[in-house]
Amino acid sequence: MMGGKVREQDKQLISTGSEWTFELIQEYDLAISEIAAEFGLDTYPNQIEVISSEQMMDAYSSIGMPVGYNHWSFGKQFITVENNYKRGRMGLAYEIVINSNPCIAYLMEENTMTMQALVIAHACYGHNSFFKGNYLFRTWTDASSIIDYLIFARNFIGQCEERYGLEAVEELLDSCHALMNYGVDRYKRPYPISAEEEERRQKEREEYRQRQLNDLWRTIPKSEAETGDDDARRFPEEPHENILYFIEKHAPLLENWQREVIRIVRKLAQYFYPQRQTQVMNEGWATFWHYTLLNELHQRGRVSDGFMLEFLQSHTSVIYQPPYDSPHYGGINPYALGFAMYSDLRRICESPTEEDRHWFPDIAGSNWVDTLHFAMRDFKDESFILQFLSPKVMRDLKLFSIRDDDRQKEIEVTAIHNEEGYRAVREQLAGQYNLGNREPNIQVYSVNTRGDRSLTLHHFQHQRRPLGEDTQEIMRHLHRLWGFDVHLHSVNDGEITASFHCPEPGMKAVHGRDDDPMLIPAPI
Amino acid sequence: MSYIIDRRLNSKKKSTVNRQRFLRRYRAHIKKAVGNAMTQRSITDLNKGEKIAIPTRDLSEPQFHHGQGGVNDRVLPGNKEFVQGDRIPRPGGGAGQGGAGSGASDRGEGMDEFVFQISQEEFLNFMFEGLELPNMVKRKLAGNDSFHTVRAGISEEGTPGRLNVVRSMRAANARRIALTAKKRRHLKTLLAQLTEEEQKDPALRDRNKIQALQEEVRALRQRIERVPFLDDFDLKYNLLVRQPRPSSKAVMFCLMDVSGSMNQATKDMAKRFFLLLYLFLQRNYERTEIVFIRHHTSAKEVDEEEFFYSRETGGTIVSSALKLMQKVMQERYPSSEWNIYGAQASDGDNWNDDSSTCYQLLVNNIMPEMQYYSYIEITPRDHQALWHEYEGVQSLFPDHFAMEQIIDVGDIYPVFRELFSKRVTS
Repeated sequence: MMGGKVREQDKQLISTGSEWTFELIQEYDLAISEIAAEFGLDTYPNQIEVISSEQMMDAYSSIGMPVGYNHWSFGKQFITVENNYKRGRMGLAYEIVINSNPCIAYLMEENTMTMQALVIAHACYGHNSFFKGNYLFRTWTDASSIIDYLIFARNFIGQCEERYGLEAVEELLDSCHALMNYGVDRYKRPYPISAEEEERRQKEREEYRQRQLNDLWRTIPKSEAETGDDDARRFPEEPHENILYFIEKHAPLLENWQREVIRIVRKLAQYFYPQRQTQVMNEGWATFWHYTLLNELHQRGRVSDGFMLEFLQSHTSVIYQPPYDSPHYGGINPYALGFAMYSDLRRICESPTEEDRHWFPDIAGSNWVDTLHFAMRDFKDESFILQFLSPKVMRDLKLFSIRDDDRQKEIEVTAIHNEEGYRAVREQLAGQYNLGNREPNIQVYSVNTRGDRSLTLHHFQHQRRPLGEDTQEIMRHLHRLWGFDVHLHSVNDGEITASFHCPEPGMKAVHGRDDDPMLIPAPI
Repeated sequence: MSYIIDRRLNSKKKSTVNRQRFLRRYRAHIKKAVGNAMTQRSITDLNKGEKIAIPTRDLSEPQFHHGQGGVNDRVLPGNKEFVQGDRIPRPGGGAGQGGAGSGASDRGEGMDEFVFQISQEEFLNFMFEGLELPNMVKRKLAGNDSFHTVRAGISEEGTPGRLNVVRSMRAANARRIALTAKKRRHLKTLLAQLTEEEQKDPALRDRNKIQALQEEVRALRQRIERVPFLDDFDLKYNLLVRQPRPSSKAVMFCLMDVSGSMNQATKDMAKRFFLLLYLFLQRNYERTEIVFIRHHTSAKEVDEEEFFYSRETGGTIVSSALKLMQKVMQERYPSSEWNIYGAQASDGDNWNDDSSTCYQLLVNNIMPEMQYYSYIEITPRDHQALWHEYEGVQSLFPDHFAMEQIIDVGDIYPVFRELFSKRVTS
């Protein structure tokens, strides 16, 4: 049926025009997959879906997932995407790829044949092999069950909306989204999620949870003296970094369905957690492979020079890194950095210089395919950069590090791309990709179980950096979830530098129907 | 093995629900924008979508992130002139130093408003939200519960006469492809093997293999052929349903003074008011008709163009218009069949003696037939006799009669809302 032509041998162009057909897509996919296999790329089966630009916008605004629960923020996202697209400010990304088994990749119907081939190489063999190989994805996500879980989540939240009203669910989701980044277990390996299992266990959890809560809150103060005692057993005994988890398990007033919703948001946060930690690696890997695979196709005479010119044109714009003082500068381009690093790794393996032998004695001159796979499998952005950022890449990108200390009048250039600076720049850059540095370190510190049930969180300051202006807003969300007073202290070297409270002292929190809880002065 | 799927025919509007959630959440902002638009737009494009701007800060989805201050280490690309130990003055007083690598946050300068487009439908929804037609009664024509049939998609069951050939063939085709795909793929490889074998040098041919292959090919072909061309469950039928034809219809009488005292600006204001009323009626009734009546000393039924644009001069006798309206009602719009709405615009001038005639006409002949009658007086001056007489009418028919004064264009929409706002106690 499809792909009627019998493939003969290499040295024959797959196509010459820019129009794509399903047969051609299949042929390109086959040709690319053969080369990918030769390079040892191990992938999930691919499910390539051809969609229209409108559908691409839909996919975009539901965090790239094919199904999702309904929430206004996705509507906002959709409107933003639609606006940008209509004004031509943004070419839609040519691809979205979903970490699932089979791995779903979207091709946009407007793309030319060259672009489709590029996307196939990039998404279906680059990203796909990364999802399957990288340790973070292997341990933290379960590709085979994510779609089922999303359907479960969508249905569950839909039922809650019917039963408890749109508003109640929307408020809850708002609060959960605000704390989404704090709904992740950073060190503990989660159980794989499964929709069926979830539904089955939901009931059990409900009962169990109720029992547990009662136990916690049953602690009635024994005597006056004991309540004011600092030595009283602190709860939780150890600080908790997973704030949403803590709330799900211990918030006194939440209904069971609310706990389930929190759990859903938490599970999704957990699913996206590896992606947030492997931007450079993931995009770099996919970019390196589309470049390598398509060049290989060209060398074998399967694609024309015109194809390569079109491909290179979009490839170079993808990996362009504007300098820091350019108006287009928007941070370090993960495609550019990742591509440069993987390409340089290959160079170090294939034709090492004296410098490389000094910096990378283990890998200089080794088999490049094995080395790259190793570098893809067992690292995340932070450790990947710390381990593999070579002096040459630093020189090529002209990286330099600065220190902006609010106690100094000027910004100091702490290191540049020279012999003395390489290590410092590399460490600095790696630190920049450490989520622990990027996001404020906030943990549940204690719950006043014997008094007003207030929840206290501590923010451990990193390099004296304070919390941003959204903090008070999030305190209100925390308060909505916890149901009692919430306190947050910024701690620097054992000293409290700032405190946030909800309700703010002298104010009384009132939960508005439409809005966030508004703050009104308490009657005197 | 990759699967390639054409999803282009799948539904496109996946994000509609989320978009509606978004509009619902920000309806206060949108309503305000719609209200503003109403006062600024020209008459002809009232019936369009609108650009809505919402301050970005109201839309924020808060996240914990670092604020300014403390020690901030960053690595930047594209060094040109710096060496280690250089000191650089802070650019722009510390602005633009957003959190290091905090990726997607667009906050800060640039966009301080989130702008998007709402459609005409949404615009009108917001425009008339919270409004209600007073005394809306669906008057049914006695014994005229007529039905009409409309197409309602495709069904699995039906009479042969309604067979949808295209859909049936498509379903059959899909089924055949699905049921034979694997066999045909197999067949193709078998045929390839067979030709390969047959092209070999005769001495090297493996006759047994050829025979086995031929046998297998034949069996496979038979199995493919056995898949029926058209099966029972491929058949699709056009589905027709009967819908009751709504028998509620409304007529709207637009009465306007075109005497010398009404200038073009005043008439424009009146026109906007009528237009709003017309749009509003249209949304509430299946069928809406309009009767335009203009008057100076005598009244005349005219078409829209003439109603709004031709100029007349002379004195004013309001009762002439009311008389004509009553006549038209009797002849063409019996109140047993029609919901009758009246809207009158004037600058308040009238022959003094005539105002009491108007009162009599309204109270005795017109108001009993009316769903709702609204009178707007477009004048910055003090009220005259007509207004005072109408106040008398209002006290007799408080639920069916409303009057307001309009001074300039900006008043029209608020006054309109005032006239038609939902009444809790009605």
